[in-house]
Amino acid sequence: MKLLLQNAHIEGIRFYDAYRKNGGYQSVEKAFKMSTDAIVEEVKKSGLRGRGGAGFPTGMKWSFLAKPEGVPRHLVCNADESEPGTFKDRYLMEFLPHLLIEGLIVSSYALGSNATYIYIRGEYAWITDILEHAIAEAKQNGWLGKNILGSGFDCEIYVHRGAGAYICGEETALIESLEGKRGNPRLKPPFPAIQGVWMRPTVVNNVETLAAIVPIINMGGEEYAKIGVGRSTGTKLLSVCGNVNKPGVYEIDMTISVEEFIYSDKYCGGIPNGKRLKACIPGGSSVPIVPANLLFKTAKGETRMMNYESLSDGGFATGTMMGSGGFIVLDEDQCVVRHTMTLARFYNHESCGQCSPCREGTGWMYKILKNIENGQGKLSDIDLLWDIQRRIEGNTICPLGDAAAWPVAAAIRHFRDEFEWHVLNPEESQRRNYGIAHYADPLPMVGVV
Amino acid sequence: MTVLRHLRNTKGPMSIKFSQEQLNKVQEVIARYPEGKQKSALIPLLHMAQDTFGGWLDAPVMDYVAELLHILPIEVYEVATFYSMFNTKPVGKYLLEVCRTGPCMLNGSDEIIEYIKSKLGINEGETTPDGLFTLKPAECLGACGYAPMMQLGNNFREHLTKEKVDALISELTAKAGN
Repeated sequence: MKLLLQNAHIEGIRFYDAYRKNGGYQSVEKAFKMSTDAIVEEVKKSGLRGRGGAGFPTGMKWSFLAKPEGVPRHLVCNADESEPGTFKDRYLMEFLPHLLIEGLIVSSYALGSNATYIYIRGEYAWITDILEHAIAEAKQNGWLGKNILGSGFDCEIYVHRGAGAYICGEETALIESLEGKRGNPRLKPPFPAIQGVWMRPTVVNNVETLAAIVPIINMGGEEYAKIGVGRSTGTKLLSVCGNVNKPGVYEIDMTISVEEFIYSDKYCGGIPNGKRLKACIPGGSSVPIVPANLLFKTAKGETRMMNYESLSDGGFATGTMMGSGGFIVLDEDQCVVRHTMTLARFYNHESCGQCSPCREGTGWMYKILKNIENGQGKLSDIDLLWDIQRRIEGNTICPLGDAAAWPVAAAIRHFRDEFEWHVLNPEESQRRNYGIAHYADPLPMVGVV
Repeated sequence: MTVLRHLRNTKGPMSIKFSQEQLNKVQEVIARYPEGKQKSALIPLLHMAQDTFGGWLDAPVMDYVAELLHILPIEVYEVATFYSMFNTKPVGKYLLEVCRTGPCMLNGSDEIIEYIKSKLGINEGETTPDGLFTLKPAECLGACGYAPMMQLGNNFREHLTKEKVDALISELTAKAGN
């Protein structure tokens, strides 16, 4: 089922005329006839959870927004998509910019934000142009500016381009960056809902979350909540990369199994060259990697489904997380040590340097992993890595510390034998990869739709 | 500011001043933020300055931006050195930023980087003697499904192969010759 991408194939949908002709901006017309509280109520009923990675209920986040008299409030759209493996927001903004603008107008109205900002990562320079064009079109057609549709509500949307810092995807770092400072996360409390950008009450939401407001208003929160399963309501965008036949962005309604998602021609289309699956990181690089033998079935023996609850079933011991939906697939020829090293290098590069455990720990982990990968590791290094990650997790201001610790922890938890093999066979490990050994996938289902 | 001291002595080849059109744009950008919060325009202005004044941020350029925003030069330096898109050292005319994080690595970014190094005869972070190309390995740029990839100016070059690298380098060399 598609709610966000259902019109993505229509020619010219990037521009206003085609977008409007295909039902665009109806949610704004509908929302302006509702009270702002009623809109927040619909979002609560929808069960929508933040699509940036944390999965926090959006309606609840909105209801926390402080509304002191005479103090402006702001909505900020988090388009600083930087989690390795994630490129879903890019797709949405590049091909359906008006969907985001429409969601932003409705959300700005509900939250009372007269100046709304889209904080986009600096590298998406051409998407900045696409969004600014879409905003200009929306303004020309009366959807932005003063007294929109005679409602008395004024709203402007501005695109603010960052300059290459993963940490700015963390909401308080994003706020600091929007204020023209280094992206150092703030201590909470106060939460942004009380004191955010320029110390004003602020809501920061992901691109996909804000786009999902459009179908929620159009169909009603209750109807939206019927899609999906349990607390995983609605649809989710997944960006697929790594060793699959059909990398790209897919929209799912969270009722299909992981196995179907990987092997079905409708989605990933299986692994190239008939290779077998070794491991998968289903929610962006910071969520735990799981070996194939734990991916398709939970520890309880149930089929693992593509939704928040099922993916995290079993905790970190046997499960993982839905995260941001960056789905990374590793085939049998990939080296988990090398892959983990690149992730450790990434987090080392992106640590803002504010908290010692993260600043020192990420660099230390990267150095050790580089040594192991280059055949210069010791067996005690593996325990040392475990020890370092344990001391980073939970001991930093923002979740980057956890995000750096989890991939290393999970790699050691599930692939310890591969690390040991690297250490014990330094020369051989430079020539070939370890392979799949006991964590091979159960052979794929044949003839999946 | 030991990092920046050597930059103080460098003389920019051009005068450091935005055109009138750019200055209008500066005012437009500042107006996006509440009054008195003009510092918010710092990152957008640094992008403009870097694009205008030779692809990197020399100290006098940063001082000029500080002046435009009525903030202290140090406030600009600390931001410019924090964000990886701002170059505080000179770079070649074409900056090749090749992603090498997890998903790109799985699809062969290491080979692409090695190939560019041998083709141009430079190491990571270096510039070719003719000043045309700088190779800068980058961390995840958000094109994981189209890996391996590189960022070139305001655009991405995706699904890279050795052939595509060859074609790109001849294309850019020819463009620079004109």
